[in-house]
Formats: sequence, structure tokens, C-alpha cells
Amino acid sequence: MIQADLSVILPEIFLAVYAMAALLFAVYTGKDKLAKPLVYATALVMVVLAIYVGSSSTGTTEAFGGMFVNDAFARFAKVVILLSGAIVMVMGEDYMHRRGMLRFEYPILIALASVGMMMMVSAGDLMSLYMGLELQSLALYVVAAMRRDSVKSTEAGLKYFVLGALSSGLLLYGASLVYGFAGTTKFAGIITVAQHGEVSVGLLIGLVLLISGLAFKVSAVPFHMWTPDVYEGAPTPVTAFFATAPKVAAMGLFARVMHDAFGHAVSDWSQVIALLAVASMFLGAVAAIGQRDIKRLMAYSSIAHMGYALIGLAAGTEFGVEAMLVYMAIYVTMNIGTFAFILMMERDGKPITDINALNQFSKKEPGKALAMLVLLFSLAGVPPMLGFFGKFYVLRAAVDANMTWLAVAGVVASVIGAFYYLRIVFYMYFGKDGEEMQSRGSMLLNGLLAASAIAMVAGTFTTLGIENAAASAAATLVH
Amino acid sequence: METILLFAPLVGSIICGFGWKFIGETAAMWTATGLLFLAALLSWIVFLTFDGTTEHIEVLRWIESGSLSTSWGIRLDRLTAIMLIVVTTVSSLVHLYSFGYMDHDPQWKEGESYKPRFFAYLSFFTFAMLMLVTSDNLVQMFFGWEGVGVASYLLIGFYYRKPTANAAAMKAFIVNRVGDFGFALGIFGLFFLTDSINLNDVFAAAPTLAETELSFLWSEWNAANLLAFLLFIGAMGKSAQLMLHTWLPDAMEGPTPVSALIHAATMVTAGVFLVCRMSPLMEFAPEATAFITVIGACTAFFAATVGLVQTDIKRVIAYSTCSQLGYMFVAAGVGMYSAAMFHLFTHAFFKAMLFLGAGSVIHAMHHEQDMMNYGGLRKKIPFTFGAMMIGTLAITGVGIPLTTIGFAGFLSKDAIIESAYAGGSMFGFWALVIAAFMTSFYSWRLMFLTFYGKPRGDKHTHDHAHESPKVMLIPLGVLAVGSVLAGMLWYGSFFGHADQVGKFYGIPVAEASAEGHGEEADSHGDTDSHGETDGHGDANDHGAAGEHHYVFAGKPGEGGLYIGKDNHVLEDAHATPAWVKVSPFVAMLLGLVLALWFYIWNPTLPGRLAKQQQPLYLFLKNKWYFDELYDVIFVKPALAIGRFLWKKGDGKTIDGFLNGVAMGIVPFFTRLAGRAQSGYIFTYAFWMVLGIAALVTWMSIGGGSH
Repeated sequence: MIQADLSVILPEIFLAVYAMAALLFAVYTGKDKLAKPLVYATALVMVVLAIYVGSSSTGTTEAFGGMFVNDAFARFAKVVILLSGAIVMVMGEDYMHRRGMLRFEYPILIALASVGMMMMVSAGDLMSLYMGLELQSLALYVVAAMRRDSVKSTEAGLKYFVLGALSSGLLLYGASLVYGFAGTTKFAGIITVAQHGEVSVGLLIGLVLLISGLAFKVSAVPFHMWTPDVYEGAPTPVTAFFATAPKVAAMGLFARVMHDAFGHAVSDWSQVIALLAVASMFLGAVAAIGQRDIKRLMAYSSIAHMGYALIGLAAGTEFGVEAMLVYMAIYVTMNIGTFAFILMMERDGKPITDINALNQFSKKEPGKALAMLVLLFSLAGVPPMLGFFGKFYVLRAAVDANMTWLAVAGVVASVIGAFYYLRIVFYMYFGKDGEEMQSRGSMLLNGLLAASAIAMVAGTFTTLGIENAAASAAATLVH
Repeated sequence: METILLFAPLVGSIICGFGWKFIGETAAMWTATGLLFLAALLSWIVFLTFDGTTEHIEVLRWIESGSLSTSWGIRLDRLTAIMLIVVTTVSSLVHLYSFGYMDHDPQWKEGESYKPRFFAYLSFFTFAMLMLVTSDNLVQMFFGWEGVGVASYLLIGFYYRKPTANAAAMKAFIVNRVGDFGFALGIFGLFFLTDSINLNDVFAAAPTLAETELSFLWSEWNAANLLAFLLFIGAMGKSAQLMLHTWLPDAMEGPTPVSALIHAATMVTAGVFLVCRMSPLMEFAPEATAFITVIGACTAFFAATVGLVQTDIKRVIAYSTCSQLGYMFVAAGVGMYSAAMFHLFTHAFFKAMLFLGAGSVIHAMHHEQDMMNYGGLRKKIPFTFGAMMIGTLAITGVGIPLTTIGFAGFLSKDAIIESAYAGGSMFGFWALVIAAFMTSFYSWRLMFLTFYGKPRGDKHTHDHAHESPKVMLIPLGVLAVGSVLAGMLWYGSFFGHADQVGKFYGIPVAEASAEGHGEEADSHGDTDSHGETDGHGDANDHGAAGEHHYVFAGKPGEGGLYIGKDNHVLEDAHATPAWVKVSPFVAMLLGLVLALWFYIWNPTLPGRLAKQQQPLYLFLKNKWYFDELYDVIFVKPALAIGRFLWKKGDGKTIDGFLNGVAMGIVPFFTRLAGRAQSGYIFTYAFWMVLGIAALVTWMSIGGGSH
């Protein structure tokens, strides 16, 4: 029995054991000298695991009495998490190395966070949910404060930790209410309680608190306040990581809880999530306009994008979940490219994040400017870039679910949001002459930037089966 | 061969329009012209070798959407063949003529390149026109229809530095939109009822349409009548019929070769072509065709009256065109499509020649167009004078009465007048006869004012008047041959005996002798034709006794035209009384005499008459005040609405709203969001707590808790 259980969570165990072994090994040998090989080794392990997860078992298997679920949905999310985590880690290696902040803990913490994220998307019980969530969060708190000598970085880490603790408290309070009113912590049990007759008020309050806790993790308004500060304060490679894998994991967990545990009370939570979605989209669009720092800008951008992904969830349908997954996959691809570019921005060897530095950038580096143009257009949702299709998916899900008002709100917000993306394009192509900026980066960064931009254009023709995978993933989740 | 014919002008247009920078101006122009001459040659081969059976040639599949299936196809029948030679012949001659006419145009500065553009437009126009006439479905026809509209717009506004030319181009385009709206509605209606826009299917469904009721504009209509009427609205626009005619005279702002090609010989006859093409539908729409007859007759009369007093040489010919188009519609309206096509055919020759001749005069007189400044030019430009004389003889209808010997216009116009009488439209008949009288008057007036009398106007210009170059005279010569012979050569085919006409168009003809008509009709298994052939027999008494006569027995869509079983206008027209046949000739003579009296024998008379009858003179001079009327009824209110929507609607409301949101409201919220982001953890935590409170409230209000 235990053997069967273990075989289900084999990837998680493997990654956890790897992380601990690497930690011991590094501590007793070369310490930070080993940081670089460890980054690549960890990335390799994660890619191998992604391939294993993506190609291994089919169907739905459960372990530990339903606390851990391995289904198509979990596998889809895990592949995205592992791949994006590996790519972002490798992407930032050079940046951190040159600035002397590459420590051997970094890849290990990322690996541990990944284990937590994999637990999150596979959670079948409120307890395993919390376990995964905390493992991920704790690793991220530390990573955010990686630059111990930088005030901003430590401030970011501390803010993230304190607010994260508050959100964990909310989540736990919600979980205990749910347990109290449902009599079980298993999703499968909760759903049967919600199925019979009316959902009690206590359960609903618990649900709202759960949603609040999860909304913090996806940085949905009004639980988003930490995002800009942490994005700005954390080292750029860490910010890039924050913007990608954890968002996918949190979204996956969100969908998991909503559909697995409260799948019969869709009408109850869908309006709450719709409210979060609208608030996120509009705040993300409006607040980003005032930002001059590209990392803060990307923070608000990610808030807005989470709002769109939440539309898919708010639809409460199978197609809605599919749209959400597709949206997240596209979002992660766009963000990898954009952060690859941000990592390259520097002046006299120092990283810069002011968007004014991009003035007249196209004159100097037409190729990179073009790639960035494509990415920004895609982020803004301009057809025929892939970002448009992501938005189109979630909006269609909303319309299909008779939430046309939500789709209309999404369109209006995307029009407002287009302003700040296009403003960067304007600076790059028509901006005033100002202080020049260098764009220095390895082949890898350039390659990722180009690949991401090409994917935005090529995605119009083929998305390499992502839609089908997302569709089958959604099918296993929604009852 | 047909495909080459069709696409040669397009290729020419593209090469000339886009390629002249690479191959040089002259080469580009010659390419376009050469390709058109090739098209003209092929057209004549098609026309002369055509045996009457309808052919369908599919070029490519075009639109597949639901039950709408359209291919890019050629429907080759006699009607198409006639239009092919008209279009390509006149077009190729106009191309050639333009070498001379467009040389050293004073509208352009030295060194500016405008000629390849002109030739490219001309070739493009020809291509669109060919698309229109060869189409085997209504959508392709509409494509050609709009294509010629665009070409016409571009060419009228060719002198784009002249505000009047631009205004005229817009006017032509907008007035045509009115007609096109009707045409489009007609196509929609046909598709709605027959589920197809292919001509064959539409034709086959025509008898059913005649028994179908269609709800339109809150009332029930007979489908065939309504759709025929709507299609005719389109034809009215393109062919400048009364009420939608106002653009044609203004279109004379374009260069003269354009007037000859588009606004005389080809595009404006598209409406007539459309009515003839849709003859299977028209035959089942008696009320619509009655309307066509009345509009045609009114136009013929109206345009002729206005033509009497115009002094701009091109405008006189423009009104004459308008009037002649009215003739064609009368013929089509009474069911004598063949006569309409006949006049279309001959008119193309002599009207193109009159325009090109006028162009030659204008060229000689250094772009002076007012006839009041002409006079006595026949010695200066003898060849042009000769050509114009032939054109005038043709348009006024000179020939030997009661025979088939005469200039082209004599035969075709008389055919129409006889048809109008035989078709039972007395109004049409008299309107056309009076119009014929006026046609003769204003045509001769043009000749006398231009070529006879003493030179008026600028002496210097007169001294330097010179004959045009050969490239301009050769087309005149070719067209002159056509103007003389076209009528006599093809009289039998267009307006001869039923069997001849039937053979020409590929319509099956049933032989029915006066005695044995019963059996003949029966042998075709058509009991209806019984009684009708009886009526036929009566008509035959007027004709040559004992002669065999024929009934058209084609089904709708078979052959180039469809002549209904109870339509014997052709036979009746041949059997009209002698006074009817002579009447247009007499009208022509009266017109000639009056013109002689006014402008040769007593040149002071017109001026005095104009003073004496000032209201009438001004009424005619101002074209019956149509433009002024439209200005008050349509243009001014439309401008007012447009200005309102622009200033108030677009400017104040939409722009104001967006600017307000973009520059007032959004930045306000941006500042607000920035302020909320204080940087203090307690603020952030406070927002989170507020958020939970809001979510719980929202869920409670939203009916989440039951």
C-alpha cells in the first residue's frame, strides 16, 4: 500500500531528496563555489522531472487516502511549473553571478519551492494544501531576501513574510471553518457536503476566507499590495521567478480547491472570484500607468493578468478552466521573454529598471526592440499575437457562462492596460534622446527573448498542442 | 481564349500602373494599348465565330459560404459577345486616341508623369467592365459594377487639382451608390428567394418568382416585379436615368477620352445590359417593365430638352447620351431587348466618335469647350469635321425611310420607336418621336455652331486651330466606318425576322405558319401558346401574307435573351403602319430645318427667342433645376446631419468622453492607487481585512447564502 502511494508522489520525493542531498553536499564542500554547477544540475533535474511527469502516467491516481491527487490537471500545471522554474533559474544565473549574489542556497530553495508547488496543484485535502503552500511560501520568503546587504531586498522579504503569514492565518481560519462545518478536510468529503441541500453560512464564510488566502498568493486585488514592493525589491531573477511558476501553482491550487471541494457551489464562489477578477484587471491597468520602474510595472501587469486568468475560473465551467490554463501557459511564456529582456538592461554595468532608459532603443538594437515590441503587443492583447488568443479564450469562457458583463469589463480594462505597454513601445521607437542604455546579455537570454517573441507570433498558427492538453486537464478537474 | 481576352486588360493595367517606372512611360502605355488591341481582336473572333449556344467557362471558385456558392465564371452568350466587342473596340481606340489627346495636358506641369496612370485606369476600367458583362452570377457582376464605378470615379477626378473635377467625381460616386443600393437589395432578394445567385438558377426560378409574394417595406409585393424594379434602380443609377441622371453631365469634367469610353459607349450602357441580361426575370414582371418604359421615355424627352440650350460642347453630347439611353430603356421596357442591344451597339460607335470628335475640336481650340467661341472650323479641321458630320448623320437617324439603308442610328433608333408603338406604349412612342426631333435639332445646332458661320471668341485661338495628330484621327476613322455600317450589317440579326434574331441569340424558335399554328404549338407540348399564336395570326395579317412566322420558344436562361411566349413585339413592330415608320424621319427633318433656320439663315433668332421666353430658357438651361432641388432636399440635410454627427456626435460626445476618461478619470485613479501603495505593512494588512469584509458582504448580498 505504502509503496503504491510512494510511486504516485515519486517526482515530488525525488526533487525533495535531491534538494536535501544537494544542500548537505554543498555545505560540506565548496559552498558558493558550487552555486553555478548546482543551478544547472537543479535545472536539469527539473527538466527531467517535467518530461517524466508529462509523459508518465495517464489517468487519475490518488495517494495517502486521497490527500494527494495525480491527474491530468496536476500534470499540466507541474510541467509548466517545472519548465518555467528551470528556465527562469538558468536565465538569472549570469546576472546573479556577475553581481556576486549567486549563492548555493538559491537553486536549492527554488527546488524546494517547486516541491511545494507540485504539492499544491496535487492537493486533495486541506492539510496537504497547506503543507504545499507553506513549503513554497517559506522558500520564496527567503529567496526574496536573498540580497541580505540590500535594504530593499530585505524589506521586500520581510513584507512578503509578514503579509504571507497574515494570509496563511486567513487561509487556516477558513480551513478550520470548512472543517468544522463539513466535518472533513478531504476535498472529496467537502464536495459531498456541499452537494446535499444548501451550503451552510459557516461553510461559505470558510470558503471566502480560503479564497482570500489563495487570492493573496495569486496577488489578486485587494490582496495584491505586497506584489509591487516585492517585485521591485527582490533581485530581478527572483522577480522573474515570482512572476512565473508560483503564479501557475497558485492558480492551479485555486482551481483545484474551487472545483474539487466546492464544485457543486459554483454559483456561490463564481461571483466572488468575478469581483476579484474585475478589481485586479482594473487596478492592474490603472496603477501601472503611473509606474516608471519596469519591475513595478510588470508587477501591476501580472496583477492584471491574474485578473484575466481569474475570469476563466469565475466562469465555473470546464471550458473556463481550460481557458485559464491556456492563459497561464501563454502568460508564463510572455513573462519569460520580457524578464529576459529586463535582465539585460543595464548602464555602465549596473542594472537599471527605469523605462525612460528605453528611449530610442530601437536605433541601437533593432532586433531586440522588435522582439520586445512583439512581446509587449502580446501582453497588451493585440491580435494576432498569442496574448490576444489567451484573452480571447477567457473572455469566451465568460460569455459562454452568461457572464457577458465580466467579458465587457475585461475588454475595457485591456484597452486601458494597452496604454502602458504601448508607451514602452513608443519610448523604444519614438522616444526622446536621453541617457543611453546598454543591453548586455548572454546567448541564452537573447535566445529566450527571441524564442518567446517568435512563439507569440507563431502561436497564431500552432500552440504545439497546449490547447488539447489544457482541455483534457480541465476535463479531469471539473465535475 | 476568353480568359486571355478577359485578363489582358488587367495585366495591362498592372504593368502600366505599377511597372512604368521600370520600363518607361511610353513602353508602359504601349503595353496597355497593345494588350487591349489583342483583347479587341479576340473579341471580334469570339463574336464572329459564336454559334449562339450559351457556354459556361469556370475560371476559379470564388466564394463558398453556406448555401452561397460562387465561381468566377464566364457566361458566354450573344449578349456577352456583343458587349465584348463594344467594350474592347471602343476601349482600344480610346487608348490609341489618348496618346494624342493626353499629350502635353495643360493641367500638369512639365515633367510630371500622369499618362501611365491614365492608361492604367483606362485598362482597369476595361477589365472591370469585362467582368461585368461576362459574369455568370450576380455577385461577380456586382464586382464589375462597382469596379467600373471606381474606375469612373478615378477618371472623372483625374484632374485632381481642379475642385470641380473632384466634386464631379464624388457626385458620380454618391449618386451611383443610391442605384447600387437598389441593385444590392435586388441581389439579396433573389438570393433570399432562390437561394442562389447564379444566373442560370435565378432564370430558372423566374416563373416561380412571378407567383411569389414578398414582404418588403411593410407591404406585400409580387416578387418578380419588386426584384426587377430593384435591379432597375441599380440600372438607373449607372445609366443616368431621370432622377439619378445628375452625375452624368458633371462627369464631363473628366478628360474627353474618358467621356467617350465610360460616359458614352460602355459603362453607362451597363444598366441597359443589366435589364437585357435579366430579361428572363423582366418578362415575368409586367409592372416593373412598364415603369422602365415610362422612365426611359421621360429621360429621353427630358435630356433632349436640356440638350437644346447647353453651350458646352461636351455637355450637349452628354445630354444626348442620357437621352439615347432613355431610348434603349424604352425598348427594353416594352420587351424588345434586342432593339435595345442594337441601339446600344450602334450608339457606342457614333457616340464614342462624337465625343472623340469633340475632343479633337477641343484639342484644336486649346481646351476651349464653349461652342459660343467656336464657329467656322470646318476649313481648319476638315477631317474632324467629316467625322463629326458622319456622327451627326448617324445620331439624328439619316437614312431612306421604309428601307434598311441608312446610317447606324437610323436603323436602331427607328427600331426602338417602332417597338414602342408596337409594344402599346403610346406615351413612349410620342415622347421618343419628339425627342428624335429635338435630337436632330441640338445635334445640328452643335454642328452649325462649331463648324459653320463666322469664327467667334478668341481670335488668337482660332488662328492657331490645327488638325489633330494621326493617333487621334485613326480612331475617328474606324468609328466612322462603324457608324455608317454597323446598322445595315446587323439589322437582320438584331431586328430582322424572328428566326434570324433567334438564331443570332441562340434562342430556340418554333416555326408556326399562319395556317398551321395549332399543331406547331402542340408539338412543343405547350397548351398555353395556343391562344397566343391565334393573336399572332392576326398580327400577321398586316405583314406579308402567307409568310412563315416564328415564335420564340426558349426557356428562361436559354440563349442570350428570353422572350416570353406572349411577347410578339418584334412581329408587331415590323407590322406597324407606314406613318409610324416614317415619323422619326420626319421629326429628324423638322429638327434639321429648324436648326438651319436658327443658326444659318437667321442667327440672331436664338438670342431673341431666349430673351422672349426667358423663364422657359432658364428652366432648360438650368437642367430643370434638378441639381438645385436635390441640393435642398438631400445634400443640405445630409451635410447638416453629417456636421452634427461629426461635431456633436463624434467630436463632443465620443472624443470628449474618451479624452475625459483617458486624461481625467484614469490618471485620477492612477494617483489614487499610487497613494494607497503607501509602503507600510499595516496599510497593506488593512486593505486585506477590508477585502475580506467586502468579499463576505458581496457574497451575502449576491445571494450566495440562501
